[in-house]
Parts: sequence; C-alpha cells; structure tokens
Amino acid sequence: MKHEIVEKNIGLMIVLIILTISGGFLAEVVPLFFLKSVNEPVEGLEPLSALELEGRDIYIREGCHVCHTQQIRPFRAETERYGHYSVAGEFVYDRPFLWGSKRTGPDLARVGGRYSDAWQRQHLYNPRSVVPESNMPAFPWLFEDQVDHTETAAKLETLQTLGVPYTDEQIANASAQVEGKFEIEALVAYLQQLGTVLSEKR
Amino acid sequence: MSTFWSIWISVIVLGTVFGCWWLLYATRKSQTTDSETDRTMGHSFDGIEEYDNPLPKWWFYLFLATCIFALGYLALYPGLGNYKGLLGWTSTNQWEAEVAAAEEKYGEIYAEFGQMPVPQLAENSDAMKIGQRLFANNCSVCHGSAARGQVGFPNLTDDDWLWGGTPEAILSTLHNGRMGNMPAKGTMPSMTNEQVDQVVNYVLSFSGREQDAEAAKAGKQVFAQACVACHGQDGKGNQAMGAPNLTDNTWLYGSTYDWIKETVMNGRQNQMPAQSGRLSEDQIQILAGYVYSLSN
Repeated sequence: MKHEIVEKNIGLMIVLIILTISGGFLAEVVPLFFLKSVNEPVEGLEPLSALELEGRDIYIREGCHVCHTQQIRPFRAETERYGHYSVAGEFVYDRPFLWGSKRTGPDLARVGGRYSDAWQRQHLYNPRSVVPESNMPAFPWLFEDQVDHTETAAKLETLQTLGVPYTDEQIANASAQVEGKFEIEALVAYLQQLGTVLSEKR
Repeated sequence: MSTFWSIWISVIVLGTVFGCWWLLYATRKSQTTDSETDRTMGHSFDGIEEYDNPLPKWWFYLFLATCIFALGYLALYPGLGNYKGLLGWTSTNQWEAEVAAAEEKYGEIYAEFGQMPVPQLAENSDAMKIGQRLFANNCSVCHGSAARGQVGFPNLTDDDWLWGGTPEAILSTLHNGRMGNMPAKGTMPSMTNEQVDQVVNYVLSFSGREQDAEAAKAGKQVFAQACVACHGQDGKGNQAMGAPNLTDNTWLYGSTYDWIKETVMNGRQNQMPAQSGRLSEDQIQILAGYVYSLSN
C-alpha cells in the first residue's frame, strides 16, 4: 500500500487511526465487562452504609487517594505488610474505584480494624501527635464540619441505578442516618470497613 | 472466560502482530530499490524536496524482531484468551512461590521461636532482633518506636500494666485485642458539676498531686458511688477489666485537673486491635517476648 493513499484520504486515515488505537482496548478491556470473575462481588460484600458512603466522598474530597492507594498487589512484601492481596470482586460497588497510583503514604486497602477509632481520630486531627515522622497533612476541620445530609439519598439512588443493591428502605433512611454527624465520624466509619470482607492475612 | 471472548482476544492480538508484520513487508515492497535516492515524494517547497527511502535494514529487522518476540511471549505467557501459556504463569502462583520460598527460608526459625516460652524469648537476642522489627512495623504506630506510648496509648516500657504484664496476659492482649471503655461519669450518670470537681480532686489526692483538700474529702463519697466498681475502693484499678491504677502517678490520658475532668465528664474509649489473623502465631509469640523484654 502506498502511504500516499492514506495521507491524501483523511476519511480513510481517521478509520485506520481508530482501528490502530482501539486494538488494546478491545482486547484488554472490553472482555472484562462480560467476565464473571471481575464483576461478581466477593462473598459477604455489602454496599457501603449511608455514613460510610459520605465518608468515602470526604476521602475523595480531601484527596486521600492522591497519596494512598487501595490496592494490594500479589507480592509477598505487600501481603506481609498489608494482608491478602486485593481481588476484583471487592471493588464491584466502588464507583469510581479508588485504587490510586502513588503511595506517598501506606496502602489503605485493608486498614479497616487495624487501628482503633480513637487512633484514627487523633491521627487525622494531627498526624504528628501519634507518628512523629509523618508528613501527612492534618485535617482538623473534619471535627468542626457536619456532613451535608441533603444529598445522601440522591447519592444512594444514583448508585442503585448503576446496579449497587441498595434497598428503597436504605435510601429512605439515608439522610436521617448521617444528619448531625461530623465529617470525622463518616470518614472513620469508611476507613474502618476498608478491606474487612477478606480479613485473613493470606 | 467464554469461548467467544477467548477467540475475540486471540483474533485481535494475533491480528495485530501479523498486521504489523504485513505492514512492514507491504511498505517495503512498494518502494523501488534501484536509484532509490533519486526518488522523491514529488513535492517541493522553496526547492526543498523529500526523499522516499525505505527503512534502513537494521531498523526493519528490529521491527521484525519485536513481532517475533511478541509471538514468543504469547507462546510462553497467558495472552491469548483461555490459553495458559507454556510456563503456566499467573500472578497468584508467582506470589505463592514467593511465599513458599520465604517459608522455606524463615519457617524453621519462626517455628523454633514460636515454641519458646515468652521469658526465654525475651533473653534470646536473635528473637529480639526479629521482635524489634515486628514491633516497628506493626505496633510503633500507636505505641511509638521506642514503645513509650503517648496520650491514650500505653507506655510498654514501664512496669505499669492496664491488662496485666504476665506472659499469658500479654499473649492474650496480642491475640484477642482489648477494648477499654470508661463510661462518662462512671456508674453515676447523675453526677453534678460540683461532684465532678470533688471526685477529680479526690483522684488527684491518690497520687499526692496538688489538690483542693476540702473538695477531695467530699469526693470520696462520689468516688464510692461512681468509680469503685472498676477502679476499686483504694483506686488501685482492676486488670481484669483494664481499669487503670489511679494511685501510681502513671497516666494514660494526662494528669492535670483539666485532663482528669475531661476524662470524668466524657469517659474514655480506646481499643487495642486483635492481631490474630494479621500476624502468624509464631510472630505473635515473638512479639510477646519483645514486649515482655521491655519491662523485665
């Protein structure tokens, strides 16, 4: 084929470019949409409660995912430190997932239950007070601001539309469950459930 | 993976590799090899023309080599749908092999220390080296790297224990965790602000700290009603429920009037998370030895 033909027919070039760049997506991503093992929740996985879901949104708002991953890779060095490697079925209700790509701080995929609530609160209020060498920022305003409960039900409803099995009852009670709660309570509730479905170390 | 998707992936992957191969040859053939440097693209800008030479040979063969590498890779590793690859590699069995290799290397050492009684471990310098690292990785976040603790998290280097410092008690703490819970105003929810002031002064008097003697005297009554169930008549605490000894001038939450008032008013809750399941039995045994060694 003469490249002259391609270069002088912009329509043909567009088609060929699309074909070229979509190869990887078609082979590596599209089949996963239909693969059972990555779309089915692991046994015992429950959708986040209203409070935990609000905590998750605070996690995103404060940019926790920028410095903390939520994905334990299948290497011994990681499973020794963090616990069982992450599996796809743990994240089926995560929209979007918060795997992250950079660890300035430690991985949080299984931080749930690892430290006490009191530790989490103190650490978020002032990380240096419990870990002197920490370079994590402090988040004192979480202790002053209350969770915005007006949108909680809508959030659950949206997720329900996307296939997360929330019941209508949960949606109806969502707003009441978070009303009057401080942001720190929501965030700690979210952190304390992370990765607890697969709790065994290996 | 269903057969359809398996074929779908294989066709795209192999199609891409052979497509590249074909493209290499197709573009090469179309070019005349004779008088090649005389041939130009046919356009000229301000007298500047562009040659249309074939790829240099080394470059051409390098491209070809990448195609061959791809085919070799696809034969050895899983890349074509359900085909497992000649090596049978998966990320999970690579991890299992890593774990098995480590088990072979360290398993015996751990097994030996795992059988050793706690006091004996505390005197074994090899075990304590392991213990120190385990402590740094798993415990120092709350108890501090020197194990001296901080407000709300006990100091492990002194001889003052909330839940007991015997080897059995330490092992139990590590295995099952501990749940410390002091209710607000103890067992006397009706405590008035004046009574709070009195009982705080009384608590201060246990360890001989500066106190309002008058109020402390009145506080004895309040203490008897609100605090003795856990801290005991004499304020010496109760290790069975993790109630601190109030007479020894060792403080988990601060020793000043304001701190103690805060404790009485709002109570205190904290938890030592259970390590069973996070650490192996042998690791917990070694850690118990390390913690034991800090104060013995």
